[in-house]
Amino acid sequence: MGMLRAVDKSVIIAWGFVVLLLATASIVLQTGSFFSSQYLLQQLQIATFLGIVASGAMVVILLGHIDLSIPWIVTVGGMMSTAAAGWWDPALAVPFGLLAGLAFGVLNGVGVAFLRIPSMIFTLGVNTVAQGLMVLHTGGFAPQDHATDLMHFLAVGRTVGNIPNAVFVWVLVGLLIVFMLRYTPLGRYIYAIGNKEGATYLSGVDTRLVIIGCFAISGVCSALAGIMLAGHTTKAYQAMGDPFLLPAIAAVVLGGTNILGGRGTYAGTIAGVILITILQSILAVMQMPEAGRQVIFGVVIVVMLLVYGRGQRVQG
Amino acid sequence: MKDTRLWLAQNYGPLLAFIVFALMFYTFIARHPVGLTVPVATTAANKAVLLALIGMAQTVPVLTGGLDLSVGFMVVMTNTVASVIVVGSPLQTALGVIGVLAVGMTAGFINGAIVVYGRLQPIITTLATGAVYFGIALFIRPIPGGTVNYDFADFMTFTVFETIPTTLVLLLIVVVFIWIPFRRSTLGRGCYAAGSAEGAAYLSGVNIDRSKLAAYTMSGLLCAIAGLVLTFITGSGEASGPQGATFTLASIAAVVIGGTSLYGGTGTAIGSIFGAFILRTIDDLLFVFDLPPLWQPLFQGVVLLTAVSLGAFAVIRIRNRLDLFQ
Repeated sequence: MGMLRAVDKSVIIAWGFVVLLLATASIVLQTGSFFSSQYLLQQLQIATFLGIVASGAMVVILLGHIDLSIPWIVTVGGMMSTAAAGWWDPALAVPFGLLAGLAFGVLNGVGVAFLRIPSMIFTLGVNTVAQGLMVLHTGGFAPQDHATDLMHFLAVGRTVGNIPNAVFVWVLVGLLIVFMLRYTPLGRYIYAIGNKEGATYLSGVDTRLVIIGCFAISGVCSALAGIMLAGHTTKAYQAMGDPFLLPAIAAVVLGGTNILGGRGTYAGTIAGVILITILQSILAVMQMPEAGRQVIFGVVIVVMLLVYGRGQRVQG
Repeated sequence: MKDTRLWLAQNYGPLLAFIVFALMFYTFIARHPVGLTVPVATTAANKAVLLALIGMAQTVPVLTGGLDLSVGFMVVMTNTVASVIVVGSPLQTALGVIGVLAVGMTAGFINGAIVVYGRLQPIITTLATGAVYFGIALFIRPIPGGTVNYDFADFMTFTVFETIPTTLVLLLIVVVFIWIPFRRSTLGRGCYAAGSAEGAAYLSGVNIDRSKLAAYTMSGLLCAIAGLVLTFITGSGEASGPQGATFTLASIAAVVIGGTSLYGGTGTAIGSIFGAFILRTIDDLLFVFDLPPLWQPLFQGVVLLTAVSLGAFAVIRIRNRLDLFQ
């Protein structure tokens, strides 16, 4: 029973769909390369960016909130880290990028927790402010935009056998999140707030600090993804975070996390991230035009959720 | 007296939005080198009405306690459809307009059907359908192009009697003949009921399913009208992803600034119109105050964040902290 509950239905279906996708593509394209370790490792490396972003997005969604500032906090992470390397010292690149992400995350948290502005609109505003600052930053001061050696090492380097370092970064982030969610009071508070914030507050938890903490985690995760993305592409550039918001939310929800908060497992998020990465990869390999990719992407999300993500019928 | 007070209390949000807009627009005109002439008003109206229609489209699902993240892409999709079929003789053009409205309503209906019968969350449903609608738009117009009946487009983007911008008249028609009848119908009241207390509405015999379906279909219809206006303004069709995303985000901002609660149940599409007008005028003000272009995105962001934070003043007045968690 315990095992069955830990591995819930959505995770199994999502992984099943991944295998189905790979098998179908192999048959259609008459190739076995989709199951080769080289292809799968490559996809895993690409998935790390989305995986790290989705980790933060999941923590916020568990609260019953949403973080729409992901795109430009990813960009902030990339741009501030490369700029710090130019301003001061390459060693400060990664810490400063993370710090900038943390600052924006805390700002989100304060707006949602203390000002009580719906997260959907406040994080949207913060996203625009972050965008404005980055436009000013790149336009006004011509900062350094090249990634440091450490960023390259984290994103594309391989130390242990053939496994990209990026995968280890994601594993580390994942372990921290799972530990936090399962074994610390903070994790319990997050699920509790997602179910009923008022009750959690009356139980003696300062829910506002928890909310700030979660948005801070999301900010740091987004910035980390931006730092690694800059390492991957060797440069930080405007709008580099734009392709991450919708896939991240979709990955979290496809993994069985309730978009209204309170329910969800990290195993599901991993499955959702891999599913979306493989789907995008296969559509690209099949040289599907952008129009078809968008349609299939949307249809897959709806159909998968219709299979296992349906809500309760309204009953008084 | 009591009625006036009640009305004021109920329409506080839209009223505030109207006053803020009036002040901003006055500043804009006062700073404008030419002042309030018909061409200035027409240009301002065309862009503002487009955004106002999208804001109205977002309002209806929000009232039911939902959200429609696909509005921007429905506008983009109907824009591309219009650039193909709103051409030719007056009869063909008229059929084309009807066709575009039908496409929008179908898209909205599909959103509603998935939310109501599929019982999926509106956020994630419309996130996914938005991708589908954008894909369809790309399919119709892989590269920007197409055309529109120019005589009709000219008429729609200029003035009536050479004084009033036609788009403003169109907006008035939409309000009087679409929004107000809908607001007063059983369906419309059902939307408010569903957003206010879904369970209670259900137990009172309100047909929630039908109201929600109507809300999303209405959203699609308003998006189609916005798509037509966009086509008349640009004279062509373009499947632009960034534009779709911008429209969606602006629509949510317009709804919030217009005094509608994102939790559903209270608010009005009229407020969103002024919310949209405010958003538009911010850009116009940046223009007349000669702000360096590099500073404009930051300024827009700060103004947006400040505008939505104004709602936080309600928090200060709350006596029982538990009320915060509703």
